[in-house]
Amino acid sequence: MNEFAAQHPLLVVALPKIVVLLFITLTALAYLTWFERKVVAHIQSRWGPYRVGPHGLLQPLADGVKFLFKEDVTPAGADKFAYFLAPFLALSLAITSIAVIPFGPKELTIFGQKTPLAITNLNIGLLVLFSITALGVYGVALAGWSSNSKYPLLGGLRSSAQMVSYELTLTMSVVGVILMAGTFNLSEIVNSQQGFHWGFVPRWNLIGSPMPQILGFLLFFTSAVAETNRAPFDLAEAESELVAGFHTEYASFKFAMFFMAEYASMITVSCLATILFFGGWLSPFPQTPFWAWTHYIPTAAFVIAGLALIANGVRYITMFGRLVLPVIGLALTGLGVLFAVPGVTDFVQGPFWFLLKILVFLFVYVWVRGTLPRFRYDQLMGFGWKLLLPLAILNVVITSLAIVVTQR
Amino acid sequence: MTAQMAVFLVLAAVAVAGAVSLILQRHPIHSALSLITVMVALACLYLLQGAEFVAAVQIIVYGGAIMVLFIFVIMLLNAGEEERTNLSTMARYLGVPLGIVFTIEVAYWVGRATLHLAPAPAEVVSTRDLSSLLFREYVLPFELTSFLILIALLGALVLARREETE
Repeated sequence: MNEFAAQHPLLVVALPKIVVLLFITLTALAYLTWFERKVVAHIQSRWGPYRVGPHGLLQPLADGVKFLFKEDVTPAGADKFAYFLAPFLALSLAITSIAVIPFGPKELTIFGQKTPLAITNLNIGLLVLFSITALGVYGVALAGWSSNSKYPLLGGLRSSAQMVSYELTLTMSVVGVILMAGTFNLSEIVNSQQGFHWGFVPRWNLIGSPMPQILGFLLFFTSAVAETNRAPFDLAEAESELVAGFHTEYASFKFAMFFMAEYASMITVSCLATILFFGGWLSPFPQTPFWAWTHYIPTAAFVIAGLALIANGVRYITMFGRLVLPVIGLALTGLGVLFAVPGVTDFVQGPFWFLLKILVFLFVYVWVRGTLPRFRYDQLMGFGWKLLLPLAILNVVITSLAIVVTQR
Repeated sequence: MTAQMAVFLVLAAVAVAGAVSLILQRHPIHSALSLITVMVALACLYLLQGAEFVAAVQIIVYGGAIMVLFIFVIMLLNAGEEERTNLSTMARYLGVPLGIVFTIEVAYWVGRATLHLAPAPAEVVSTRDLSSLLFREYVLPFELTSFLILIALLGALVLARREETE
């Protein structure tokens, strides 16, 4: 098997990685809808999905089945080719971008082949991500145009103007990070953030030297929210004005594909924010003997979550919940115990911190949606061109000055 | 045939097919989509040559920004399908033969010029090398070009501004 793997590294190493990552991503997408509905519901003092499965955990499955069995209507006079192309383009581009995200520092060994914990490790990883984002506009613009309907056209127009405007800020806001790291390679950007100020404050780019990228991060996250067409920048699908904007005329699974594309871009943006500004997979604690106990934080987190779920599950209203929730809790606890095994502990550190940071950003995404009102269209354009872009240029100038001064 | 050659042939075929379809399509949006296909195929060809940065910039600038503007304008003006007319006498007897002659001439000269071409260096050109070339050796032409673009931008702004009535 090992010889076969050495001869066909693409087939044996890359293909399984792609399949596994795709499976994880699609499952994560489905449960992200559940997460968003739950969080928004609790922000608005509601319960959110509760009926389908314990705590509504089977809701994504029910939604998926419902989307599959809906009638797929094509509006009269629609441009067939573009109408079909748009959702495919949106979803495939959104999912492709996850291929360049590195999830951890350790190498994985599959049949004697060493491979990084990412599908590929590109020298121009960041640029590839931006080019995929640049092409992502077409999904929305084509959907709006090809539907042969008023509201989608307005939505498509709005969003293509918005995405072009905010893409500038998005790209400019990370220039500071690139200048400090000196590379486009995402793993190297993470590695450049190692080290600690005064022994305990992590040297992540957000608070890094020579120039903390706090401004850069705020610009990046704001324009990324606009780029993914999420509230409060979801002018392209403002339901109070445009019914549902660019995807008004889409039904069934084509609508679901737009939905999944939006959530996939949320995940990509969260990954990117973590990698660029928050040290990626790096632990927030120093790697000294004094801080050695922090290696058991993953174990503790999983065991506590598992035990809490068991305690909650045995008192759940339905019989089904009383059966399922403790089993999930038990699985989490078991994983936590597994993470305490010496060899596994080291391997788990990177992915654990990375996923935790991503989760924080996804929560912020939902939090922003739940609390901020939508922008007016002229405000949106003014905000992007007159405030964010000049600030992004300022950030580039200040960062380069700081680098030149400190390197002298 | 090496794998690289096969990839090159596929990409070249896609690029040419996109370019032909750009001319043959009747609807402006379909033409614009064909042009995007050409741009992306060209970017992949650059990538094949080891020019990573140029490939990414090709997609970001041409495939993304410029073509989105094209599509935006087509959508905004709601341009309809193009109407086809028969060729005029002038076009039929003068235009078609001339077009064929020019095509043959271009093909001949391109073929002659690329007959004894050295193979492209196999190593990947790093972005660092590219930028030090751009900002050290060729800084004057680079800055001149950006200045020219700035002038064009300002000119477009002046032309597009509404006349003030007061």
